Amino acid sequence: MTHETTRPVQPTPHDAAGHRAPAAAIEAVDVTRSYRFGDTTVDALRGVSFTVAEGEYAAIIGPSGSGKSTLMHLLGCLDRPTSGLLRVGGRAVAELSDPELADLRNREIGFVFQAFQLLPRSSALDNVGLPLLYRGVKAPERKERAAVALESVNLGHRLTHRPTQMSGGEQQRVAIARALVGEPRILLADEPTGNLDSRNGAEVMRILEELNSERGVAVVLVTHDDEVAGRARRQVRVRDGLVEHDSALGAVGEA
Amino acid sequence: MKGWEAFRVALDALRGNRVRSLLTMLGIIIGIAAVIVVVSIGSGARQQIESQVEGLGSNLILVVPGKFDTNNLGNNAAATSTMQIKDGQVLADVVGDPRAVTARVTTGAQVRAGTREQFTTVQGADQNLPEVLTRPVADGQYFTSVDVDSRRRVAVLGAQAAKNLFPGLDPVGRQVTVNGTRFEVIGVLAEQGESFGVSLDNEIHIPITTAQRLFSLDRVDAFAVKAPSSSQVPRLSEELWRAMKAQYPDQTFSAVTQTQILGVIGQILSLLTAVLASIAGISLLVGGVGVSNIMLVSVRERTREIGLRKALGARQRDVLVQFLVEAVLLTSVGGVIGILIGVAVSVGVNELSPLPAVIEWWSPVVAFVVSAAVGIFFGVFPARRAGRLDPVVALRTE
Repeated sequence: MTHETTRPVQPTPHDAAGHRAPAAAIEAVDVTRSYRFGDTTVDALRGVSFTVAEGEYAAIIGPSGSGKSTLMHLLGCLDRPTSGLLRVGGRAVAELSDPELADLRNREIGFVFQAFQLLPRSSALDNVGLPLLYRGVKAPERKERAAVALESVNLGHRLTHRPTQMSGGEQQRVAIARALVGEPRILLADEPTGNLDSRNGAEVMRILEELNSERGVAVVLVTHDDEVAGRARRQVRVRDGLVEHDSALGAVGEA
Repeated sequence: MKGWEAFRVALDALRGNRVRSLLTMLGIIIGIAAVIVVVSIGSGARQQIESQVEGLGSNLILVVPGKFDTNNLGNNAAATSTMQIKDGQVLADVVGDPRAVTARVTTGAQVRAGTREQFTTVQGADQNLPEVLTRPVADGQYFTSVDVDSRRRVAVLGAQAAKNLFPGLDPVGRQVTVNGTRFEVIGVLAEQGESFGVSLDNEIHIPITTAQRLFSLDRVDAFAVKAPSSSQVPRLSEELWRAMKAQYPDQTFSAVTQTQILGVIGQILSLLTAVLASIAGISLLVGGVGVSNIMLVSVRERTREIGLRKALGARQRDVLVQFLVEAVLLTSVGGVIGILIGVAVSVGVNELSPLPAVIEWWSPVVAFVVSAAVGIFFGVFPARRAGRLDPVVALRTE
C-alpha cells in the first residue's frame, strides 16, 4: 500500500466547507496511547498531531496495526489519550469524566461502523432514535426526528423495518441516519464501505459527501482503502503509531 | 434515560427472548407461589385452631396437673394426675357455682354396636360438661348428676361416632358395648366439625365415675372451669391454682386460660409457618441466583450492543439501569405470576383438601416486594458489569 494518491480530488463538496470559519472540530497535539499487557507496554500511538477543521472532509489511512483504529477510538471519545492534548468539539478529552465523555460522544460525534452495528430487533426508527434517547428526548419527538433523518438517506419507506429485513446498503444508510440524527459536529466513519458491494459503497460515499457539503458536518473517514480515501480532500496517512504523511500540511500554506 | 424508557427497552429485550425469560422466571414463580401457599395454610391453621379453642366456651380455665410451660409443652404431658373427683367441689367453692366446674378423664377403647366396631375416644365426664364446654346435645339428653353419682352405664355419642356405629338409625335408646360392658345410648352431641381432616365428633361420653371403674382409673385428667366473665379469668385462675395447691402441696398444677393456650398455639404455628416459608424461600433464593446467572449470560451476549449504546452516548449509569430494570422486571413479573398461582393453589387447597388456607392481604404484597427486591439484589452484579464495559473492547467483540 503506497501513499501515492492517483485519484483526482473532487472539488465541489469542499468549496462550501472551505468558506467556513477555520475553527477546529478536532485538535490533536502529540497524542500517545499505550496499552499495558502485564509487564509489556504496547505503544499504539506514539505522538500524533493534526487538526480537523469544522466542515472538513478528511480520510485517515493506514494498514492494519498502524494505530488508526486506536486513533479513531480517541477521536470518537471512546478512549482517552495516555499523553498529549486531544480536543474534540473544543473540549479536552483527558479532563472529562466518564459521563461527560458520554455526553460529548452523544452531542458532537456521529459514528458509522463497518459492521453497521444496528440493534437487530429494533425498527429503523428506534435504531436511529437511539442517540436522542440518551439525550433525554421524549419518544414522539425522537420518532419525528428519526423519520426526518431516515428520509434524508432515502429510507422514508423503511421506517418500521428491522435491520434483518434490509439489504446491507440500506442498513448502512440507517446507521448514517443514526449518526446524523443528533446533528453532531463530527461524523466518524470507520470503513463504512467495507461490508458493501461497489454500488452500495458508492451510494454510501455519495451520502457522506452530501452531508459534508450541504450540512457542513466534518467527516473523518477511517479506511485502509486508497480508493475510498482518495475521494476525501485530505488524507492523513498513519503508520507505526505516527502520522507518516498529511496531505493538508502542504495545502495549508497555499490556502 | 428516564424510568419509563428503561422499562420499555427492558421489556423489548425480554420479549426478544421469550422462552429464556420464562424459564428464568420459573424459579421466582415457584418460590413465590410456594411461600404464598405455605403462609396461607399456616394462617388458615391458626385461624381454625383459634376458633376451635374459642369454641371450647368463653371464659374457660383448665386446671391440669404439671406445669403449663409455654416454652415446653412436653412437660405437662409427663405429669401424672393426683386430682380426684371430689376436688371439683373445692374448685366450685372458689368460683361460687357448682355447675361451672366439670371433671374429665380421657381414654380410648373399642366400642361396638351390633356388628359394627371401632376404636373411639372415651370421655369420662359429668353433667356439667355441655354447659361448661359449650357442647349442646342434638338428640336425646346428656347424663344427669344422678347418672354420675350412681355410676350408670349410659352413653352420649359424638355426631361422627353416632354415624359410624348406627348408620341411618337413631342411636338413642340403643345399646353400645364399651370395653365389653353394655351401655345405653341416651343422647347424641351436636356436630363440632373437623380439624385438619380429623373429626372432633368421633367420641363417646360416659359418666366419669363409670369410666373410672371401667378402666380401673382413680384420677381426673383435668377440670374445666367456666368463669362468670372474662374479666374475672385472671383472678380466678390464680385462686383456682392456689386452691388445688392447698389440696396437694407436693404436686404441681396449672390453671391454664384460653389466652395462654392461644398464645402457645400461635407461637407454635408462627414458628412452623416461618420454618416452612423459609424452606420455600430457599427456592426463591435459587431463583434469584438463576436470574443473576442469566443476566450475566445476557450481558456477555449483548456486549456489542452495550458498546454501541455507549458509543452513542449511554453513560455507565444508563446501561446499569437498563440491565437492572431488566432483572427487576424478570423477577417482579415472575412474582406476579407466582402470586396468582399461589393464590389459586391456596384457594384450591382450602376447597378441595382438609387443610384450611387463608390468604392474608399482606402476603401477596410482601411477595411482590420481595420478588422485586430479589431482582435488585441479584441484578446489581450483572448490571454493574454491563455498565463498566469498555466501549472500545465491547465494540470490537464479534
